[in-house]
Amino acid sequence: MFTALPPFLIIATDLVAAFLFLYGLKRMASPVTASSGISFAGVGMLAAVLVSFLYVFGVDEAARPHLAVNIGLALLALVVGGGSAWWSGKKVAMTAMPQMVALYNGMGGGAAAGIAAVEVFGGKVRGSTDLSVTLVGALIGAVSLSGSLVAWAKLDGVITKPLQIRGQQIFNGLIVLATLAVGGYLVVAARGGAALSTAMPGWIWIFLGGALLFGILMSLPIGGADMPVLISVYNACTGLAVGLEGFVLKNPALMIAGMVVGAAGLLLTQLMAKAMNRSIGKVLFSHFGPAPKHKQGAIVGSLKPVDAGDAGIFMRYAHSVIIVPGYGLAVAQGQQKLYEFVKLLQAAGVGVKFAVHPVAGRMPGQMDVLLAEAEVPYDLIFQLDDINPEFEHTDVVLVIGANDVVNPAARTDKASPIFGMPILDVDKAKKIYVVKRGEGKGYAGIVNTLFYAENCQMVYGDAQVVLTKMIAAVRGLGAGGAAKSRKAA
Amino acid sequence: MEFQLPMTGFVALYVFMLAGFAGWVIIGRVPAILHTPLMSGSNFVHGIVVVGGVFALLNAGTTLERAIGFFAVLLGAGNAAGGYAVTKRMLAMFTTSASPIHPPKKARKSPGPAKAAAAKKD
Repeated sequence: MFTALPPFLIIATDLVAAFLFLYGLKRMASPVTASSGISFAGVGMLAAVLVSFLYVFGVDEAARPHLAVNIGLALLALVVGGGSAWWSGKKVAMTAMPQMVALYNGMGGGAAAGIAAVEVFGGKVRGSTDLSVTLVGALIGAVSLSGSLVAWAKLDGVITKPLQIRGQQIFNGLIVLATLAVGGYLVVAARGGAALSTAMPGWIWIFLGGALLFGILMSLPIGGADMPVLISVYNACTGLAVGLEGFVLKNPALMIAGMVVGAAGLLLTQLMAKAMNRSIGKVLFSHFGPAPKHKQGAIVGSLKPVDAGDAGIFMRYAHSVIIVPGYGLAVAQGQQKLYEFVKLLQAAGVGVKFAVHPVAGRMPGQMDVLLAEAEVPYDLIFQLDDINPEFEHTDVVLVIGANDVVNPAARTDKASPIFGMPILDVDKAKKIYVVKRGEGKGYAGIVNTLFYAENCQMVYGDAQVVLTKMIAAVRGLGAGGAAKSRKAA
Repeated sequence: MEFQLPMTGFVALYVFMLAGFAGWVIIGRVPAILHTPLMSGSNFVHGIVVVGGVFALLNAGTTLERAIGFFAVLLGAGNAAGGYAVTKRMLAMFTTSASPIHPPKKARKSPGPAKAAAAKKD
């Protein structure tokens, strides 16, 4: 009885954990229930980790003498790894979320690859199927680890330029093929009766090294605007690697959690790629050139600068305003000021909505989080498909820190590299103000024809400074009216 | 009772298929506004890999296995703890106009906006 209890507890707890993961993710279908959903998943995780120490009742012969050391190391790793990540997760700024998620994701991939390495080096994998699955999981996990680390370095500004070399795709392809060939050789050798851990540890290292190298090479050429897709891909990769290692360890909780995340990553990757009008393959294997050499369509019109205060007052007397925030707003840390301005407009009776493009930010949905951080209620935030029909009935659109996602060239200019990308149709509004730091180009290096349109005016300056001026101007003139309506409320 | 469930290739494929399908359906219903917390949340979920890491480390017989196993647990624990911390932080920030931190709008709406909003979201 005593010997049967620990395995039963582990397997039963893992079952409950798997259920809680699925239920927690399901509760993410609405912002109302999402926060409690992640708590459910957290309880499942905590329980699964705690009971995993019951594995001490069934360790291998070889590990028995070292059990005390192993338990100590496991506790140390949990406290150090979990503690430092918890601390960094509590402290990280919301604008730095993409690199943080990339980092945590890479850690998961590394853990999956590490498990595979322990199993292979320990000679614990039986049979060709299990060995193949272990190696594939190790490959994907290692790619996810090194690739995510490069993604983190890029998003964090450690690496600033995409690195593109002639013939890189062919070289990357050769690395993958070579790594797979080494993996195949290992499987064949093991089938022939060779003990991999003692007879050919060098080949195992070459296999793991090849996978790590490929992850680095795959991430290096991918630049700014494509980063959300890359992060999603690695999220899916880690999930898959975890699922495969779960199969090797015969642990269904790992299999289910890994596969669910794999599916989630794939879905998000597809959504991102669609929002950028680029296939996943194109993002990963052919990249935006260093400088687009295509012929720009002829530009009609001129840039018309306007004073920030005037623009603010104009919006105060408008009936409806839609605000299109982009990553530039987050860079200028202007979200709080923006919502302060919006509250002034609302107090004056102006209908205000936010329109968020799927690729606003450096990962899917990042702009929504940044607005939420500034306490913008989420029922004011609208997504591309829901808000696009409304632009033509809107008095004023205020574009802050967004560029490519409002470029009408995506609809009209077939020569443009962003042609076909779904955009926010802000050019259909009666009046457009664009807040921009200078006359520079957007992330993709394309001239934005919107800025030259008849109904568009430019407000130059740092987003936060501009918004401060707008707030001052509206407060200055509408003191009576605004104050009255606020009192009434 | 064994610590590892007996699982043949086909049973595993069934589990993978059903889990993948469930994931696809569940994730497909998450609104775009929550895609960042969703990504970090699913990131947290694959932090369950730490359990596999603990299993591998406890069964480590050689120093090499122990070293790699240690890093597997270290990384897996970081994945789980960090993923949870950031997801919880982000989700706590999402509020409606009806919630108490936005009194001006609440007052203007018809009575019981909180209930109405909650009912609509469900």
